[in-house]
Amino acid sequence: MKPFGIVRSIVTPLDSVNIDTDQIVPKQFLKLIQKSGFGQYLFFDWRYEKDGKPKKDFVLNDLQYKNSKILLVRDNFGCGSSREHAVWALQDYGFQVIVSTSFADIFYSNCFKNGVLPIRVNEQTLQKLFSTKSEIEVDLERQIIWVNAITIPFDIEAHWKKVLLEGLDDIAVTLKHEDKILKYEKAQENSKFRIS
Amino acid sequence: MAQTLFEKIWNSHVADEQSGRWLLYIDRHLIHEVTSPQAFDGLRSNKRKVRRTDLTFATVDHNVPTSDRSLPIVDQTSAMQIMALERNCKEFGIQLFDIHSPNQGIVHVIGPELGITLPGTTIVCGDSHTSTHGAFGSLAFGIGTSDVEHVLATQCIWMEKPKTFEIKIEGKRRNPHAVTAKDIILSIIKQIGTGGGVGTVIEYRGDTISELSMEQRMTICNMSIEAGARAGLIAPDEKTFQYLKGRKYVPKNYDEYVEYWCENLKTDSGAKFDKSFTIQTDKIVPQVSWGTNPAMTVDVTGRVPSPEEHAKGNPDEEKAAAKALQYMELKPGISITDISIDRVFIGSCTNSRLEDLIEASKVVKGKKVSSKVRAMVVPGSQLVKKQAEELGLDKIFKDSGFEWRESGCSMCLGMNPDILASGERCASTSNRNFEGRQGFGGRTHLVSPVMAAAAAINGHFVDVQDLDLN
Repeated sequence: MKPFGIVRSIVTPLDSVNIDTDQIVPKQFLKLIQKSGFGQYLFFDWRYEKDGKPKKDFVLNDLQYKNSKILLVRDNFGCGSSREHAVWALQDYGFQVIVSTSFADIFYSNCFKNGVLPIRVNEQTLQKLFSTKSEIEVDLERQIIWVNAITIPFDIEAHWKKVLLEGLDDIAVTLKHEDKILKYEKAQENSKFRIS
Repeated sequence: MAQTLFEKIWNSHVADEQSGRWLLYIDRHLIHEVTSPQAFDGLRSNKRKVRRTDLTFATVDHNVPTSDRSLPIVDQTSAMQIMALERNCKEFGIQLFDIHSPNQGIVHVIGPELGITLPGTTIVCGDSHTSTHGAFGSLAFGIGTSDVEHVLATQCIWMEKPKTFEIKIEGKRRNPHAVTAKDIILSIIKQIGTGGGVGTVIEYRGDTISELSMEQRMTICNMSIEAGARAGLIAPDEKTFQYLKGRKYVPKNYDEYVEYWCENLKTDSGAKFDKSFTIQTDKIVPQVSWGTNPAMTVDVTGRVPSPEEHAKGNPDEEKAAAKALQYMELKPGISITDISIDRVFIGSCTNSRLEDLIEASKVVKGKKVSSKVRAMVVPGSQLVKKQAEELGLDKIFKDSGFEWRESGCSMCLGMNPDILASGERCASTSNRNFEGRQGFGGRTHLVSPVMAAAAAINGHFVDVQDLDLN
């Protein structure tokens, strides 16, 4: 994974609450067996008419947001299905940062595994971001969002920060702890009520 | 110190801890065709093996057609994904219940039915409804594909410790045949919201829970994710142990395990939960969802709410409700029982088990499906199908005009040919009424199996409390 740097961009405001992963990537695209190329299917049913023409009133089709790397959404984003395809689509489309008041649990951890930074902010901050038209800057290293020369700090789990900044391979990191895994397995083997 | 059931299972599975994150050992890993191909690709490109093939089980469920299985699969992309799983299981040495196996079925139906699901275990699957297995007192949760790869390679998963959430379900239902586990869980989600359980593991407790059968408990735990929870748990009891006894993969000295589970798998008195919620079941009536998430639900005796009524002062919810009403083509104020339907789907990991089919069959026996309605039953597994056929349920359903299908996820998410046409309205026993979930432009109303069956006969929703269901 590529190390995560400073992200500077205008924000794409998608003003909906409880957006589920079925909307982020509809089911017909889950049959693919690779990870790449999902950006074209992002918000497919919201983005396109039945005949394939872009829907005029959908925010992703508004040209001013064309190169935006930051998506703004309302509470409980990414709920429902565990499909990681949702994050693959967001990432492939070009979104590196998603800001909301809350995220669904599985979606939240799926983001970090694919180099996408989900940021939780309070209602007031989210409102401020929704009303800004100018570029904002997200500095993960310093855990700061810059908006119109104002800095807004955000929280992030230390581990996830490290994973993103260093672009770590999760499995390789875990395998460094293999002695602990072996120890657990050994104890199970000797247990009268073994379950693994 | 007094501990919750969750804490006991969690603590007994910690292999390592690093600055506030825990490495949990996983006892059972369930795999299906949709969320695994990229994980196997990852293993291959890094030259990694599956660490515990003996703890990994696979089946095909999301994509499989539910029509005649002797015919080839028409949808080429589905066929490719199914073939990819077969190839991957063979290459990595994983037990697969393939499309022709007598044990094939929805992964969350076959786990318990084969005794793969056991009390006190940790279970993961690349599917959010893995919470189902919590009905057996196992800590079970859905994961993304990167974590599927991680578990395949390491048999472990890194997690932050979730908070604990106690939901007490108390009281006697007015009529347990009419007010089902589905109505209880929909009532809970309606009240706590689709984000009400985020970051938590729910433990369902209370006298109503003890009274529920294992299949009903699975329905409750299954929909924990619709409240945003990581997992749902129910402490195992005599019903749990009876259900699992003699199943294919339970340990040999089963009775000794039961004794051990009895002693160890319950929340200590005095243990503290981070959060608590109580629901009284004597007030619950059959539920019908009207909107585009499972919290947008009302009593069958009620009316479609206006956005303001639904939102209770939350502007984001109000906007969402207005959009939902438009999508569902419903006007506020109309009675739920005046909503006509075009399709009925009885199936999914929420409601496709034998008991669901028995209850639904009582409603349709000797009656005909409304001429305006196309109705289907999709048993959750080949075993459920076989048992139902032994009871003659297939005949009851077919005689009344239902289609009787092969097992799979089917129209719960419409990845196979079973989908709604745009604009069609469906009474569905599944778990999600999201926009387009059952087919582009399709409109889903979540209900219990008896409610779905009654809607099929009448062509619109009816209050099953008025029917003789005994």
